[in-house]
Formats: sequence, C-alpha cells, structure tokens
Amino acid sequence: MNGYAHMAVLTIIVISAFYAVWFRDLLSSVISLAVFSLLLSLEFFILQAPDVAIAEAAIGAGLSTAIYIIALRACKALRKPNGGEGR
Amino acid sequence: MNPLSVVVRTICDIFAWFMGIFGVYIIIHGHLTPGGGFQGGAVVATMAAFLLVAYGGKKVLSFVRPGFYSGMETAGLLLFITAGFLGMGTTFFYNFLAGRGGLFGAVVPIGPNSGILNSAGTISVMNIAVGLEVIGGLSLILIYMFKGIRLFDDHAGRSESGHDR
Repeated sequence: MNGYAHMAVLTIIVISAFYAVWFRDLLSSVISLAVFSLLLSLEFFILQAPDVAIAEAAIGAGLSTAIYIIALRACKALRKPNGGEGR
Repeated sequence: MNPLSVVVRTICDIFAWFMGIFGVYIIIHGHLTPGGGFQGGAVVATMAAFLLVAYGGKKVLSFVRPGFYSGMETAGLLLFITAGFLGMGTTFFYNFLAGRGGLFGAVVPIGPNSGILNSAGTISVMNIAVGLEVIGGLSLILIYMFKGIRLFDDHAGRSESGHDR
C-alpha cells in the first residue's frame, strides 16, 4: 500500500516538474511549481517527517508562489501569452 | 495593484481566518505535535500573503503599517534572548519555569498520558518568540515587494480589474 502511494506521488511530482519547465505561460508555470511543492510535502509526510512537511507546504506552496506572482505582476508579464518574450 | 475579482476576495474572507488560527495552533502546540515556531509562523505569514494578493497592497497597507511587523520581529528577538538569560542562575537557556505551577509550569503526572499543553516551561515561551519573529520577517518581505511594485506603477497608465488573465 505504501509502495503504491510512493509510486503515484513520485510520478505526479515528475509530471508537474516537467510541466513547470514546459509551459510558455509563466503563470501556469508558477501554478505547476506550487503543485510540485505540495506533492513534495505529501511525499515528506509519507516518509514520516511531518515537521518538514508543514514547513514545505507553508514556504513552498504558499509563500514562494505568492512571491513569484508578485514578481510576475511587477514585470507585467502576466497578460502576455508568450510570457513576455518578443514583445 | 488593484484587487482581484469578487470570487477571490470572498474565498479570502472565508479562509484567511482559518489559516491564521491554524498557524497559532501550530505555534502554541509546538512541544507536543509536529511543527513549532518556524512552521506556525510561516503559516500565519501565508495568511498575510493571501490578503496582499487578494486585496492589493494599497488597501492592506492602509490598515497595517510595516512598523507593526517590524515591532513584532523585535519583540520576538527580545523575548527569546530574555528567556535565555533568565535561566542564567544555573546555566544559559536553563528551563527555570518547568514544574513550578502557573501558566507554563504544570507538573506532568507519572505514567503514559497524552501530553499536557502548559507543561513545557521556557520551551513554550521560545516557540512563541520564534513564531513572532518569523511572522514579522516573512510578512515584511512580502510587504516590501509590494512597495517595490508601486515604484514602477505610476507610469503604467493601465486599469486592472476583474480577473488576472
């Protein structure tokens, strides 16, 4: 049972990390990175480290996503479909 | 920075309070359950990030000044150092409050039990101090990033409302 949970979570981690690199839209990439961080905290919880899991969920999925979104709004790159390249 | 749509603001009104209460719960149960000062402080600072993203920096900064968070950070540091030096009669960081009765020093009964909340002595005080410190520091990072946006915002000449895309 635990092995299957490991396999599923690690597979979705690899998929979300691939999409974080693959998307041209930067907001989609940031959301994919937040999903990656949330699943990483779930993996920490499966590996019986709930302390690290709480820190990863708060810092990785909450604060760093907010900081990335603030930085994207400051660059005005949110509204361009190509992520601000090429103008 | 203008506020986001009404859906985002309603969800923020409902859930931000639960995030704050959960962070404070993690801080004050730091010696019994997983988590502690840093983790709970990060959760409460996520509430500040939530409010800033949903309502925009101008409205949040109108009722919370950065000096409030700076004072919270200073209070956390001073509380931690004071709690360390008050045990100086025996050693540095000596747990002088444990087992004395009162708010922080309840006596733990012998035998298996599920843990008593106010029995940790100075460790609870230090968790609260680290929690105040982390809330102040991480919220100050977010607030100053919003102030940095406002520097570039005056020559933009655009009106943003509704959804973000």
